[in-house]
Amino acid sequence: MPLFARLYNFAHWLTQDRSEAEDLVQETCMKALKGFDSFRQGTNFRAWIYRILRNTFLTSRTGLKAAMLSLDDDENNSTEPVAGTTPESILLASVDQQAIQKSLERLSVPFREVILLCDVEEMSYQEISETLAIPIGTVMSRLSRARRAMRSSLNDAGLHGVSRGISQ
Amino acid sequence: MTCDELRSRLEPYVDSELPADELARFETHLRGCASCSAGALSVLQMKLKTRAAGSRYTPAPDFRLRMEQSIRPTRRPAWLTGWFTGNTPKFATAAAFAALLLVATLIWTIRTERDHAFTELADMHVATLASANPVDVVSTDRHTVKPWFAGKLPFTFNLPELQNSEFALDGGRVTYFEHNSGAQLLFTLRKHSLSVFIFREQSGISSVFPVTSTFTKLAFHVETWSEGGLRYVVISDAPASDVHSLSVLLKNAAH
Repeated sequence: MPLFARLYNFAHWLTQDRSEAEDLVQETCMKALKGFDSFRQGTNFRAWIYRILRNTFLTSRTGLKAAMLSLDDDENNSTEPVAGTTPESILLASVDQQAIQKSLERLSVPFREVILLCDVEEMSYQEISETLAIPIGTVMSRLSRARRAMRSSLNDAGLHGVSRGISQ
Repeated sequence: MTCDELRSRLEPYVDSELPADELARFETHLRGCASCSAGALSVLQMKLKTRAAGSRYTPAPDFRLRMEQSIRPTRRPAWLTGWFTGNTPKFATAAAFAALLLVATLIWTIRTERDHAFTELADMHVATLASANPVDVVSTDRHTVKPWFAGKLPFTFNLPELQNSEFALDGGRVTYFEHNSGAQLLFTLRKHSLSVFIFREQSGISSVFPVTSTFTKLAFHVETWSEGGLRYVVISDAPASDVHSLSVLLKNAAH
């Protein structure tokens, strides 16, 4: 099963629950098998199957709850510069994996999924655009806001010096 | 390109989304601006760390088994029905899907292993640059650096003569990749640092890279090759042409 482990990782991050993630992956695979006719040869298979998983999630109980969370007029915000250039930003090297995982958990689903697709699944903006069914410009602004939210979360978690270094 | 313009495009840069012409202007600015270079490095570090932290969950073996079992009964009758009723388009679709799955799995597996190896090496390179003591043997003299590794590694290697080149040797340290010891050498070219990793061919690193390859990922330029039973990997944010120049010097020294 291609992408099985990757799909499971993404599903677990969305649902935050092992059992729900397993159900989500199972339903996604079933839908993909049944609806393979709808997959257009020459288009992006990975974006197609991730879109099925995400749409399935959004119609689940947990997904519906997540969808009700506001994006805080995400699409209307412009992309701001992300990084300052202070030498102490190098201290990011000391941010441990657990702190980043916690900050990812604290993000809203729309922010978490765009970061996962870009940084973890290494999708291009075009692929993310196809997966989330949003314009590339929105991908960029949402990604920027999500990363800013992550740094803010790290800041709240006590890594003030590190976060300050990159948010100025 | 001004510093403000560059900062507004840092994210597309680390996401490898800048068009070629803009990338060239971007890197020209970076080469001459320590402040923007530090900013780019911090955004890149965050991305690498998020990638490592985000690959957190793995499916349980029993779930994988249940999935295989749950899919099989659904698919088999459809295939059999299509086959025995002469409904070949259905069978062809299923076969095409199976082939697609296989190809996608193979591509994904190779890519994942290569990505993992690249991430490890990029992390080591970035960690070295961020360290207060980046190298254990500090010397610009290859006749000091090479003997320092004697007794520390199960192999030896030659270092190039750099007198007539722009490169300078900063030193070296022992490093590890999947429990195999190797050498990390640090070179400087103008304001760029270049790491050269050398491992034995038998270490896991050789199986994930083609015999010779060059690629760019997360704005790092990488060149790797095998020579005399050793695997060399050069990685840097310096232009690809400079990475290649150092690679040529190392290849010549190895002969």
